Amino acid sequence: MAAEIAHWFLNLPDVVQALIRAIIWVLFIFAPVPLFIWWERKLLSWMQDRIGPNRVGSVTFSKRGKAPAFLKGKSFTVFYGILQPLADGIKSFSKEDLAPNASDKFVYFLAPAVALFPAFAIGAIVPWASWRSLTPVGDVDIGVLYMLAISSLGVYGVVLAGYSSNNKYSLLGGLRSSAQLISYELSMGMSLAAIALATGSLRLTDMVQAQEGPFYGAVKFIQNWNVFTPFGFIAWVIFLICMVAETNRAPFDLPEAESELVAGYNTEYSTKKWVLFMMAEYVNMFIFGTVSVTVFWGGYNALPVNWEYLANNAPGGAVWAFLGQIQYWLAFLVFFAKGFAMISFYIWLRATMPRLRYDQLMSLGWKTLLPLATVNFMVVALWLVVTALMKVSSGDLIGILVGWVVVLVAGAVIYVLYRIRKAISPGESGRLEPRTITLVDPNKEATA
Amino acid sequence: MITPEFVLFGILAAVGVAASVGVVAFNSAIRSALCLVLNFFVLAVLYFTLNAQFLGITQVVVYTGAIMVLFLFVIMLLNIGAEHFLNEKFDYKRIVGLAAGVLLFLMVGSQLLPALQSFNHVSALGDYGTPQAIGHTLFTEYVIPFECISVLLLVGVVGSILLAKRKM
Amino acid sequence: MFTVGAVGVVIRRNPVVVFMCIELMLNAVNLTFLTFARYQLVNPTGTDIAAQRSAMAGQMMVIFVMAVAAAEVAVGLGIIMTIFRARHEVDVDDLNLLRG
Repeated sequence: MAAEIAHWFLNLPDVVQALIRAIIWVLFIFAPVPLFIWWERKLLSWMQDRIGPNRVGSVTFSKRGKAPAFLKGKSFTVFYGILQPLADGIKSFSKEDLAPNASDKFVYFLAPAVALFPAFAIGAIVPWASWRSLTPVGDVDIGVLYMLAISSLGVYGVVLAGYSSNNKYSLLGGLRSSAQLISYELSMGMSLAAIALATGSLRLTDMVQAQEGPFYGAVKFIQNWNVFTPFGFIAWVIFLICMVAETNRAPFDLPEAESELVAGYNTEYSTKKWVLFMMAEYVNMFIFGTVSVTVFWGGYNALPVNWEYLANNAPGGAVWAFLGQIQYWLAFLVFFAKGFAMISFYIWLRATMPRLRYDQLMSLGWKTLLPLATVNFMVVALWLVVTALMKVSSGDLIGILVGWVVVLVAGAVIYVLYRIRKAISPGESGRLEPRTITLVDPNKEATA
Repeated sequence: MITPEFVLFGILAAVGVAASVGVVAFNSAIRSALCLVLNFFVLAVLYFTLNAQFLGITQVVVYTGAIMVLFLFVIMLLNIGAEHFLNEKFDYKRIVGLAAGVLLFLMVGSQLLPALQSFNHVSALGDYGTPQAIGHTLFTEYVIPFECISVLLLVGVVGSILLAKRKM
Repeated sequence: MFTVGAVGVVIRRNPVVVFMCIELMLNAVNLTFLTFARYQLVNPTGTDIAAQRSAMAGQMMVIFVMAVAAAEVAVGLGIIMTIFRARHEVDVDDLNLLRG
């Protein structure tokens, strides 16, 4: 039956196929948003040593009511509060929808839509399973660049929301947030460019396929995920930081901080539009997480194991072949689980790290991440040039070892330069010096 | 001759022209900027229909994603208001400007349209817009302009930093 | 689009909007370049290599126009902000210090 459905699907006109792919993808990322909201509140509360929402969906039978005898007085926490997002949604949709009087009405209503559109549109290039007729929605030649372009469009939602609220603080919050977004876009692009250079193509499907090759060219049954390579690891760390900054999440959530700017750019948005902003943020988190998984962690492959190689060459071949088939058919679940793990990482960061101040944030983006990403890119380029000069394929073991050598040499050069710079200009670290404050008790001072 | 591509082009062109007229026509600077964003986006989609994928996405990144954000920053920070006080005195200038524009359109169009009737002929390869093809050409034939552009961008960066400093 | 931009440059008095109309003109030119890169007007008896080269040349031109426009926008908006800091009003008709 699967073959018949596949046959029918492939004979549809191209436009209808693309439309079905887009609809499947939108449902795939739109449906788990309540799950993400619930999981965030639960995981955050567990990390903060409390329970979190567990009231919604729990049933308690009272002792004097009309329940049957065996149920009197018993309470069931049936769903662990998983209906909490539903309750939030019902509350939001039944509240009164305010709009400021003097704001630019058209822009005010447009801003949540403009914020929501990039969140859904980025994922059109991400392969969520290995069936090429269904995923990704559009396998264009420019894959990663499309993702960077659409995430640049995410700035507009914030800016327009901040401006149209006719509120000085919202405007400032929106502008600061957009400055943060465009600063971290650069390092994100540079780190992805390094991986694109190493893979030789901008398409995400090519990147996943390149990561299915043998580990360091030698060990054939382990896959060569990009995090296991030195430049890939550095690029992954940079991309992680930029990803958290791009979605305005902690510790980069100065625009959203309740204690700083009265909730920043979405102060004046009341219920349904605020829900749209939050939904855009969660979808953005998920999509960026899945993009980082696809580029660095092997995409929809569950474990870094080459099942076919093991099925052919290892003892117990049928078991490996069976596991390979499981992974082929359940690849989208693996993909979703990896995205979910990235969201958990986001929540973990929110629970542990304190918020960055704005100048710390900007100096991290421009002075630390961008030079690091650029040097990473140049190291990858140098590695490719050296392996081409040595007439060694860059995927072989010798090629990878050359890569390690280049990375270590570059790291040594940077360290030496850093020490030289610190020796030349001592004591000027750009940070506020720690001050000691001696508290003077006014009662004692009067007698002293 | 009404193919789906023609219908798509018609819709995109209509939206693009409407947006560009909106840039000029709106009194408030923010609405003009938003119309320009729409215009650039429509242009990017038009580049995609012309098979120039890399240029289409570069249009979104550079123009829509960076240049227009910069414009919106400047407009919002400087709070440039509507030009409501100009409408009474200088009406003649607008009429002269519009007439000159129509004249320009007629001049350019009268030269172009007869030539445009006589081609239906796609003569570029299907993959001329891929990043690989562009990169290959950019780094072999056009290397010197590429380096000049990088120097120009460096000059632009230095210039804008200098302009933005508070004390010289 | 080009004529709309040109009319805008002449009519509008807000320097930022004038700038935006300049960008509109540049984009119109970009579109023209790309259209002629794809649909060539040369005699179809010309060789394929010449068509390829002019297609790539059209794209290169568009890349350079985009880069130049980006640099120009950065510097130009810096100039506008400096003028605004000095004078606290923005009207293109009043900026006539270079006249004469």
